[in-house]
Amino acid sequence: MAGIKDRATKAGLATFNWVESRLGLIKTAWGFASHPTPANNASWWYVFGSAATVLLMLQIVTGVLLALVYSPSANEAWSSLNFLNHNVTLGWYLRAIHGWGSDFMIAIVLIHMVQVFLFGAFKFPRELTWMVGVLLLLMTLGMAFTGQVMRFDQDAYWGLGIGASISSRVPLIGAPLVHMVLGGPTLGGATLSRFFTLHVFVIPGLLLASVGVHIWMTLYHGVSDWPMPGRLVKKATYVEEYHELTEKTGIPFVPDAAWKDAVFAAAIILAVMATAFFFGPFGPGGPPDPTIIQTAPKPDFAFLWIYAVLAFLPPSIETPVMLVVPVLAIVGMLLLPLVNGEGERHWAKRPVAVLMVSVIAVSLGIFTRLGTYTPWSPIMSAWSGDAVPPQYLHGRTPLERQGALVLQNKQCRNCHSLDHIGGQRGPALDDVASQLTEDQIIRQVLQGGGNMPAYGNALNPSETKALTQFLETLRGPELEPAVDASRKLAQTSEVKRPTPPSQTLRAAR
Amino acid sequence: MSELLKHPGESETNTLSPEAKAAAHSRRAFLFKLSLLLNGAVGALLAVPLVGYLLGPTMRKSSGGDLGVGAWVGLGPVNEFPVGETRLVDFESPVKSLGDGETGKVACWVRRVSDQQFQVFAINCAHLGCPVRWFSESKLFMCPCHGGAYYEDGSRASGPPERGLFEYRYKVDNGTLTIHAGELPTLATQARCSEKDKPLVQIQSAATPATPGKEAEPWQG
Repeated sequence: MAGIKDRATKAGLATFNWVESRLGLIKTAWGFASHPTPANNASWWYVFGSAATVLLMLQIVTGVLLALVYSPSANEAWSSLNFLNHNVTLGWYLRAIHGWGSDFMIAIVLIHMVQVFLFGAFKFPRELTWMVGVLLLLMTLGMAFTGQVMRFDQDAYWGLGIGASISSRVPLIGAPLVHMVLGGPTLGGATLSRFFTLHVFVIPGLLLASVGVHIWMTLYHGVSDWPMPGRLVKKATYVEEYHELTEKTGIPFVPDAAWKDAVFAAAIILAVMATAFFFGPFGPGGPPDPTIIQTAPKPDFAFLWIYAVLAFLPPSIETPVMLVVPVLAIVGMLLLPLVNGEGERHWAKRPVAVLMVSVIAVSLGIFTRLGTYTPWSPIMSAWSGDAVPPQYLHGRTPLERQGALVLQNKQCRNCHSLDHIGGQRGPALDDVASQLTEDQIIRQVLQGGGNMPAYGNALNPSETKALTQFLETLRGPELEPAVDASRKLAQTSEVKRPTPPSQTLRAAR
Repeated sequence: MSELLKHPGESETNTLSPEAKAAAHSRRAFLFKLSLLLNGAVGALLAVPLVGYLLGPTMRKSSGGDLGVGAWVGLGPVNEFPVGETRLVDFESPVKSLGDGETGKVACWVRRVSDQQFQVFAINCAHLGCPVRWFSESKLFMCPCHGGAYYEDGSRASGPPERGLFEYRYKVDNGTLTIHAGELPTLATQARCSEKDKPLVQIQSAATPATPGKEAEPWQG
């Protein structure tokens, strides 16, 4: 038995030597993999970069498999996704893994970026590693957007329309740019083909090459050491200090540090698999038929915050903000290590960095949250679908009840809620009579203003009267009706003594 | 190495380092530079068709003269559109091409103002292109995306849009309502699908509320 074992080992070794003497890569690669790294960075905080790479591999494998069935033609894409979901063995699961994998990848890339930022790991000599990383983030988001287009449904269709509309706002070259984005004068087969090309050839190619450069630079400079308050990065001494640290405390990256990366990578892949299994694939939603207008298009999770910001920008500054702010943000991120390449690395000594991360994270969180329920959008079916709260009809005169009907029929509920039901575009009307006087209500309804359309053309005098009477009954719990203080003054002569308010009111009637 | 046979072309400078050899062989170095130049020229020549192909979609084939991309499309007999009403009409895009499928369909809102006067609105919101819906009771177009609203004549009522709805050019041909369509209406391409003199920005200040009664001058073909 021992003889067989010896011979097998020998044969294995001989095969290895045969390959390696021709390939010449295995020993080099092992040399890189087992390079010494300071013991203090063999930490669970340092696992996100490798996890992002593993997720990229998962996306490539599942993407290639999906491409076996997917048809990148505007005519068939949507049907081929339904075919994948329902007719192809495990097609739904592959789609789910690819979709959720994309969300996980964006999350992990962002966490990796925040970790590198807060640990000051972008500073000398790793500036270029950070800059390539910023490009990797942009490419990851580019993959997410083009991937959303691949799911060629209503949301994808109108999302492309939004993209074209944003491109059209670029001065001078707006029109050619729209045609460039769409691949022609309208949104159709050519548009899907070019986004397919971006999603499958162009961006993945750039992404893989950039990941290669990113990882090469990580190996070249070594993984950054754990930051310590007061230990400053100086261009003159840092490299020497790092090498000294590595010599004193160095452990081989594989296996001593890499086992944590491997465990986390396995955990994240399992998490994607589980999420995909329990929540299933994304869509596709309704067919990409632009004549079906009963739709409320919405982007995927990663872009909800942009969708929300676009609802809040005032029209007058929207175009400049849309076109300038992203450029500034990207340039700012790229230039960060050049501006701030030395000094403190520890977060405890960099309050501005911590504050920036907190503010950006909270802002993104709030806008994403708003994007999930879009309070700025009219609820198109509220006027016909939502009930009038019964307490607002009890003890009301026929005219007031007629007004409640006018409120429903004229679609006021699409933007205004009663008892928390209805649109949130405009203010809730439950206590409108405590906020506005009758005159103000009439003026507001007929002339609009403050982001409300004018209803002068849509209401006849009797409808206006009934509506106003109904609104006058909405005072909220135990609130007084609004009074116009200027009315009092207008009816008070300067020479006369001001009359008590009760008399003024009576006089007004 | 001395036991190896000498290549006939090998020179006497074999003992020099490669860099020194290169320096010594100014002719080869010159030829290499020349080859770089040659490849640069070929590359530039190759770039012409490549870039031209890539930029193809941006070069408009304006067969319709100053009307731009597209063609006249019939929407149906005029008596299908009652005066004073606004209706959704679907039509096939005149620029529909291979593999467009359902995306080759287009919808528009047709408003018949009077016997001979129409307004044909694009369904695309002037803000970011989402499909606006008509509500006849409140006489408003509302956008589901960011809450843009327009009056019945297409002018801006409220929300983020900075102008009114895009309008198609129309004409009445033998009792058939015909519009000129073919381009996705956006802020940059709207000039070719609505009146040229319509101001791009129509934001009304809060002090001077909109006058929904005024009618836009329609373009008569």
